[in-house]
Amino acid sequence: MNIFKSFIQITWKSTSGRISLIIFGFCLVLAVVGPHIAPYGPNERCYDAAGKLLRLASPSWDHWLGTTVLGRDILSQMLWGAQTAMLVGLLTALGTVVIGLNFGLIAGYFGGRIDAILMRITDILLGLPFLPFIIVLLSLTDRNIWTIILAMMFVMWRSTARIVRAEVMSLRQRQFIAAARTTGANDTDILYREIAPNIMPLAVTSITFALAWAIITEASIGFLGFGDPDVVSWGSILYDAYASQMMYRAPWWVFPPGIAIMILVTSVYFIGRAYEEVINPRLQERM
Amino acid sequence: MTDTPVLDVRDLEMHFSVGGGILDRLKLDRSGLRLETPVVHAVNGVSFKINRAEIMALVGESGCGKSTVAKTIARIYQPTAGEVRIEGQDVASFGFSDLLPVRAKMQMIFQDPYASLNPRQRVRDIVAEPLLEQTKTANERAEVPARIEQLLTRVGLNTEHAGRYPHQFSGGQRQRIGIARALSVTPGLIIADEPVSALDVSIQAQILNLMKDLRDEFGLAYLFISHDLSVVHHIADWVGVMYLGFMVENAPRDVLFARPRHPYTRALLSAAPSIKTKRDIEEIVLSGEVPSALDLPSGCPFRTRCPFAWDRCAQQRPHMQDVGDGQTVACHLIDEPERDSI
Repeated sequence: MNIFKSFIQITWKSTSGRISLIIFGFCLVLAVVGPHIAPYGPNERCYDAAGKLLRLASPSWDHWLGTTVLGRDILSQMLWGAQTAMLVGLLTALGTVVIGLNFGLIAGYFGGRIDAILMRITDILLGLPFLPFIIVLLSLTDRNIWTIILAMMFVMWRSTARIVRAEVMSLRQRQFIAAARTTGANDTDILYREIAPNIMPLAVTSITFALAWAIITEASIGFLGFGDPDVVSWGSILYDAYASQMMYRAPWWVFPPGIAIMILVTSVYFIGRAYEEVINPRLQERM
Repeated sequence: MTDTPVLDVRDLEMHFSVGGGILDRLKLDRSGLRLETPVVHAVNGVSFKINRAEIMALVGESGCGKSTVAKTIARIYQPTAGEVRIEGQDVASFGFSDLLPVRAKMQMIFQDPYASLNPRQRVRDIVAEPLLEQTKTANERAEVPARIEQLLTRVGLNTEHAGRYPHQFSGGQRQRIGIARALSVTPGLIIADEPVSALDVSIQAQILNLMKDLRDEFGLAYLFISHDLSVVHHIADWVGVMYLGFMVENAPRDVLFARPRHPYTRALLSAAPSIKTKRDIEEIVLSGEVPSALDLPSGCPFRTRCPFAWDRCAQQRPHMQDVGDGQTVACHLIDEPERDSI
């Protein structure tokens, strides 16, 4: 909880960080309450007073962002999609950092053969083309939102592990590690009580970048049409718009998801940048 | 002395293999291809004892192995050979888990108070660390917070300092935190590796006096590593002089400063600018470099720089011999005093 509080405090110091935090917080709130305040279901078809399907209705009081070619309310789809984006982003980022952190800690601390084995695994994953791998995996299994999250976690920890390992290798040479050793601390104590807290700023930065990357990737998968068919995401809204070839006739269909992805990802990036700028020059100055 | 010494080190050796991978070590010469294993002889057969409430100082130049002795006894390194008896028990070959009870009797203070405290732990967690390793039951652990407050007060800090991080303290205060950490398990022996050399001179005396007071209060024994002779003169009861991983002279402080016997000790004392003891010894100025610990000289380790060296010094390694008053010296000049003139 302490690291979370100081993270907010640090990010809040810069203007871009503050604006980004507000935007991200807003998206988070939408993701939680979105499906409850959405006026229509994500795949619900809307009819006009005469009982005719409302195809490609332009924005109006009843449908703030208009409707799709199949008569679905775009605002409602956007609200449901916010939940998808946040769920996928946060879970993937968390999983990525937990796996990457542990791989990096263990490889960097123990070195030698353990390091060699773990880093060769990382190297193999680094050679894996990210998006094609996930698409192939999705075509082999069922196109499920959880599969997407797991697949992204499986690949994305590779860079976190590398960064963390480098940091651990320098940390383990520090004198306070030798000091901990003389107090009787064992390897687990040293890894998780002495070294891990010093890696936390790095882990937090990793989380933000993984979050942004996961949201983009999920949108890409959705846009390419490989997403979960039962879940509306901002990427799948774009896919529907593109596939219907109605993008020029109905710009209100394309712009909301496109802009939303852009704003959310940018805000997450800026949060990471704002945090990194403060902690990088002198780690000691924070707190 | 009927008491068992707190620390009894016998023929301690610490060698480090260097040279990296197989390809770096592969050498081709006249006898063919062979695999070299270069070894740094950091500590070569050092013996000494420390009794309860005594302070033993190890002095010598940088790289003479004095810090390595400290770290080997504290078991940051695994000794190559020799005995390390803590209150009579030889722990030199103990594995990690066997050492845990030993750590309750022996703690260490480090040289750099900035590097030896974890920047991301609060003072209370740093100080509690040895205690938490030693206590496993909830009942024992419940007493830890009170003990920490007591320790912080004892070393001259406030109890409200417990919630702060190390970077909020000055060097002297940080070293007090380090001392509180070492004291937390009430050890009999504290190994202090240059505890004041990173501090301002004005702070050094405060820390040294604190260490002396703690010695008197708890009957602590210190192994005190230093290169600063004035500090050693201030605090030590016994002084051991090291050169190239060998102990060349070991004596009670006043005897050593008044009557140094080994040529290296004499050179060291005459090179120190601030020590003004009533001595009438000719000044010995050393020239040349310390030989490499990768390739020790034959015979006496000091012969390459000794102004008195003769052929015996190259053939025979001198052993520590008693010259009275508790002073022991490893030098052939003791046998042939007539050579002691330039």
